[in-house]
Amino acid sequence: MAINFIHPEFEIIREEKRCIKCRACERQCANEVHSYDQEFDCMESDESKCVDCQRCVSLCPTRALKIRKTDNRYRENANWQQQAMEEIFRQADTGGVLLSSMGTPKDYPNYWDKILINASQVTNPPIDPLREPMETKVFLGKKLNKLEFDENGELLSEIPPQIELEMPIMFSAMSYGSISENAHKSLARAATELGTCYNTGEGGLNQDLYKYGANTIVQVASGRFGVHKDYLNAGAAIEIKMGQGAKPGIGGHLPGRKILEKVSRTRMIPVGVDAISPAPHHDIYSIEDLRQLIFSLKEATNYEKPVIVKIAAVHNVAAIASGIARSGADIIAIDGFRGGTGAAPTRIRDNVGIPIELALAAVDQRLRDEKIRNDVSIVIGGSIRSSADVVKAIALGADAVYIGTAALLALGCHLCRTCHTGKCNWGIATQREDLVKRLNPDIGAKRLANLVSAWNHEIMEMMGGMGINSIEALKGNRLMLRGIGMSAKELEIFGISHAGE
Amino acid sequence: MKRVYVNEEWCLGCHLCEIQCAFANSGEADMVKAFNNSEQKPLARITVEDGENDIHFAVSCRHCETPYCVKGCITGALTVNENGIVQIDDTRCVGCRTCILMCPYGCLTVGHNKTLLKCELCVENLGGEPSCVRRCPNNAIVFEDRDGGLL
Repeated sequence: MAINFIHPEFEIIREEKRCIKCRACERQCANEVHSYDQEFDCMESDESKCVDCQRCVSLCPTRALKIRKTDNRYRENANWQQQAMEEIFRQADTGGVLLSSMGTPKDYPNYWDKILINASQVTNPPIDPLREPMETKVFLGKKLNKLEFDENGELLSEIPPQIELEMPIMFSAMSYGSISENAHKSLARAATELGTCYNTGEGGLNQDLYKYGANTIVQVASGRFGVHKDYLNAGAAIEIKMGQGAKPGIGGHLPGRKILEKVSRTRMIPVGVDAISPAPHHDIYSIEDLRQLIFSLKEATNYEKPVIVKIAAVHNVAAIASGIARSGADIIAIDGFRGGTGAAPTRIRDNVGIPIELALAAVDQRLRDEKIRNDVSIVIGGSIRSSADVVKAIALGADAVYIGTAALLALGCHLCRTCHTGKCNWGIATQREDLVKRLNPDIGAKRLANLVSAWNHEIMEMMGGMGINSIEALKGNRLMLRGIGMSAKELEIFGISHAGE
Repeated sequence: MKRVYVNEEWCLGCHLCEIQCAFANSGEADMVKAFNNSEQKPLARITVEDGENDIHFAVSCRHCETPYCVKGCITGALTVNENGIVQIDDTRCVGCRTCILMCPYGCLTVGHNKTLLKCELCVENLGGEPSCVRRCPNNAIVFEDRDGGLL
């Protein structure tokens, strides 16, 4: 029917002269774009199925392939852009809610790129991290304002439980189910090697991965999938997920076709049944209710594990964080609106929530103003793209950051943003066995460890440049930041001066 | 000795090892030329077997300690060199295929000129380290010295 025709988004450019017809592209495309024509002895492609995941391009041994955005355009219209029109065509055709994956691709202001970092000159000399000691170790958890000692100098105060990290970077929550077993294994092994933590997400913890428990944060979300006593005690900390940056205010939905035998066992739900996480926790309607859950979890783990409460960055985030800090939580995790997801309604992902940079500045300031900043650590996530973003986040007041999308990129993700189809050609966001095996955890773990240790080196370089030799001295040190191209209001929220001031 | 080992758990069945093997042994410096500029496409000495339930694994010469193929060779074209690599001298091979019949692993094949074609661990070409190992996209093929020989 012509009325529902949408021209394919991409074109497959195959340089015939270079193509040797090895058919690797055909074998590697789960979307079945490529095929071999015996009669004409050539490769064919059906670009309507292409999602631009770059798998074929990456594997083509003669670099004969490239993928290009189609130049087929509707008549130019600055208001009714092509994408807006096509989304209307799709919804008129199906009557359905539009689904998307990964973080929003919309061109919202990115404040990391409007913040510049300071460096020392002459009076306060820079430090060379290759020659002098440099500390990036962080402890996450409630900090005491005062320590008491007995007459022999022995510590009397009881230190609340902490997570010890070699660097201020953790892997954010991605559930087993939304990502594959091999992706989880890669994260677990890399976190162990790096001395940091990965996060189970809400899908429970696969039996094989209990051995990485010391570097695991176990999550309890509104669906309570896979939660039991051993699970809670398996990790270094417990995270209560109240919200997610990509989809604040709504729950999750893992389709039944992704619930295969192993996922079913881990989540403790039947095979093939949709896993629906409600939007709210049905037992939490107030800070007091949240406190009850926090202490239930602490009780179940003998008060030995710090409890994280994860929220999405929304308009009232500072007030909410203040409530959480008073609820008994040890750590607050805040997820910005650019954060990734395995699937979210497009409208929610692209329009709900606020940038993490603003949320972080507001929360840190509010907790300081209320003299409760030491009661909690702050972890932020939602599109941390480089070590520079990490340094800026820490200078704005974060104790550590979560990286999700960056970690997936290290594992091979090319951000084609079609995780919700379950046909990830890179073996990450899929449960199809032939695709899952495409991610060898030996390679995955190594690449993740490479990425994070490279970032850690860069963080040390930047700290050294500022004349700072400990991450603690950078935390909340907003004097090290300057804004560029920001309004007075934005600078006020960030609590930083404009460049030149 | 170091041998090529295949871990079917990670083999994707992309068959790129075959392409890389054929290219490495083609004598051409450019893969496109090797495949598109010759009368006959270069042949691989490694073969990926595709089984049911998405099982794939590549098969190439095991370089056995006491190779049946060498025992069976009627012209002495097959020999074991000082490094333990089973090599073929195709000037002496008469194409009788006795070695193919004797190989318990089904690793041997015949080239365009009807003489034996087999993996020589890339010692005889530009590759150096076996090309299939170096170019495998998922580390499914490895080049390792493991304890205990075969056969």
